[in-house]
Amino acid sequence: MAIDKFTTLESPAIPLPIENVDTDQIIPARFLKATTRDGFGDNLFRDWRYDKTNNKIESFILNNPNYSGKILVGGRNFGSGSSREHAAWAIYDFGFKVVVSSFFADIFKNNALNNGLLPVQVSEDFLAKIFAAIEKDNKTNLKVDLENQTITLLATGDSEKFDINPYKKTCLTNGYDDIDFLLSIKDKIEAFEQAR
Amino acid sequence: MSKTTLFDKIWDSHVVQEIEGGPSVLYIDRHLVHEVTSPQAFAGLDKRGIKVARPKQTFATPDHNVPTKDQHLTIKDELSRSQVETLTRNCNNHGVNLFGLGHPWQGVVHVVGPELGITLPGSTMVCGDSHTSTHGAFGAVAFGVGTSEVEMVLSTQCIMQPKPKKMLIEVNGTLSKGVTAKDIALYIISKITTAGGTGHFIEYAGSAITSLTMEGRMTLCNLSIESGARGGLIAPDETTFNYVKGREFAPKGEAWDKALAYWKTLKTDEGAEFDLVYKYDAADITPMITYGTNPGMGMKINDTIPTGEGLSDNNKNTFLKALKYMDIEPGSKMIGRRVDYVFLGSCTNGRIEDFRAFAAFVKGKKKADNVIAWLVPGSKQVEKQCIEEGIDKALVEAGFELRQPGCSACLAMNDDKVPEGKYAVATSNRNFEGRQGPGSRTFLASPLTAAAAAITGVITDPRDLM
Ligand code: SF4
Repeated sequence: MAIDKFTTLESPAIPLPIENVDTDQIIPARFLKATTRDGFGDNLFRDWRYDKTNNKIESFILNNPNYSGKILVGGRNFGSGSSREHAAWAIYDFGFKVVVSSFFADIFKNNALNNGLLPVQVSEDFLAKIFAAIEKDNKTNLKVDLENQTITLLATGDSEKFDINPYKKTCLTNGYDDIDFLLSIKDKIEAFEQAR
Repeated sequence: MSKTTLFDKIWDSHVVQEIEGGPSVLYIDRHLVHEVTSPQAFAGLDKRGIKVARPKQTFATPDHNVPTKDQHLTIKDELSRSQVETLTRNCNNHGVNLFGLGHPWQGVVHVVGPELGITLPGSTMVCGDSHTSTHGAFGAVAFGVGTSEVEMVLSTQCIMQPKPKKMLIEVNGTLSKGVTAKDIALYIISKITTAGGTGHFIEYAGSAITSLTMEGRMTLCNLSIESGARGGLIAPDETTFNYVKGREFAPKGEAWDKALAYWKTLKTDEGAEFDLVYKYDAADITPMITYGTNPGMGMKINDTIPTGEGLSDNNKNTFLKALKYMDIEPGSKMIGRRVDYVFLGSCTNGRIEDFRAFAAFVKGKKKADNVIAWLVPGSKQVEKQCIEEGIDKALVEAGFELRQPGCSACLAMNDDKVPEGKYAVATSNRNFEGRQGPGSRTFLASPLTAAAAAITGVITDPRDLM
């Protein structure tokens, strides 16, 4: 089904300066039992957000009222591990539209894109700048411009280009999804099968 | 003609269409489905009012959620039961092959595929599970996908995928006693890290690889994803053909001869180029074990745990956070450390060969009293074989019992959860925080190392007991 369109976003960001954040942390397996796509945001980073008696762990960033925003900034190798798309759903459902990291695991990146969640890969340098800027001012805004493929730290004007596959970019800007496209080339697929 | 790799050959022959500046439309020969990552995909088809495009090429079995005791009873956990029932309903609605609970072919998807001959050389294969890389052992392009992609394949038998880069990992020489395919994999990941393979598809080659059995090759390819790679494959050879021949869904008669002739052409051309190449010497590999919270944090079992010295600040924080979670001192030893649980199973090491190795090791010995052991066959067929070969009896004599097939403590979605703060030696594939249950602590190792820990109750070099 169609995904939400994405063009530009200006928002403060929530920093998670940890490397190798794996999908088991993003959404632990015991919360994968649903048969719908909804409500996973409640259990996003469940075991970092809540202790075993379901009390909030105040020190965890998502529980800190001083931080809010639609951009999640993670350390290197974000989204490694299991292929569970529930990880992308949980992040999106929580209210994030963009995840920034210096490196994404492949499957996570695909899953994010397929759900209208934009993964923005930046250099280690730029990532460090973002973390530093947020540390200085937790309300500082980031601007993500998909058309021009730029991410900008508005406070300093520092900006960097990011890569995105042109096809995926079209999908995101227009809210298209891959299945519509694949269904539209059904004849081609059948011809391919015949020719084998 | 240009020189191409095995991966190119298989991938290119399955491209239906290239998209300008985009991913390829890739045709998928075989699609494996399980209960956790498929319900939302089937729901998508229903919403569009379409049916599964090629139900005969689609094979489903419940595994992630299922109990490993009393499978003949209704599943107690309501949500788990609902997922398993939803799978059954969806498969019936869409005419998809289903090996449900109690079916003689039920089991972990990646164990079932190969043992039924669903996995074939030269084919493309996907499943909504990252360890689909397992099937690369047969010289197939197999990789894990997300639920949206499961929906793509269910609706059109195709998937949109950017073509990965190519990596060659060569391991030459002879493995020494007590060293298994699992150790090769943990060794490689400890060298290239959990992000080292990202964006790549690995081809494993070299004499240490070709001398592995099919089970060993599956263990190795299974763990490709833990290095971040999309998948890993091994050129098919006589070992592969002998394994596939005669299996339920493998080609028969004339079709077999034709397939075999094609499969024999499947290898990387001499001089074909890879984007990255790593070479290792089998003689340098010993039994391995992980000490941290990702599969790249592994070491030779007799070594000392690193101190984090020399790491950048950010890396060092991540490193120390992992050791804190594990409650392990940097610079200490793994040998002799207390073990509370032992888990033999999963799509990494839940095959018959793993059970044979474990049983042979514990024969004539006794399980340590402080250890709770879960021995979970990867499939009904593995379970049956264990019984036929008397492995179950040998295990009972040594103080163990065999459970029923499923993913079990690999991801702890069912009741097989390692309690908070407890240590498990697991033959599975992930030692992430809480992977085996909230607060659980996992050491990944081979079935032999797991057996050694089960007997002594502490981390032990299996070679000392062989
Ligand atoms: S055994 Fe573990 S890794 Fe394998 S399919 Fe099951 S949950 Fe996934």
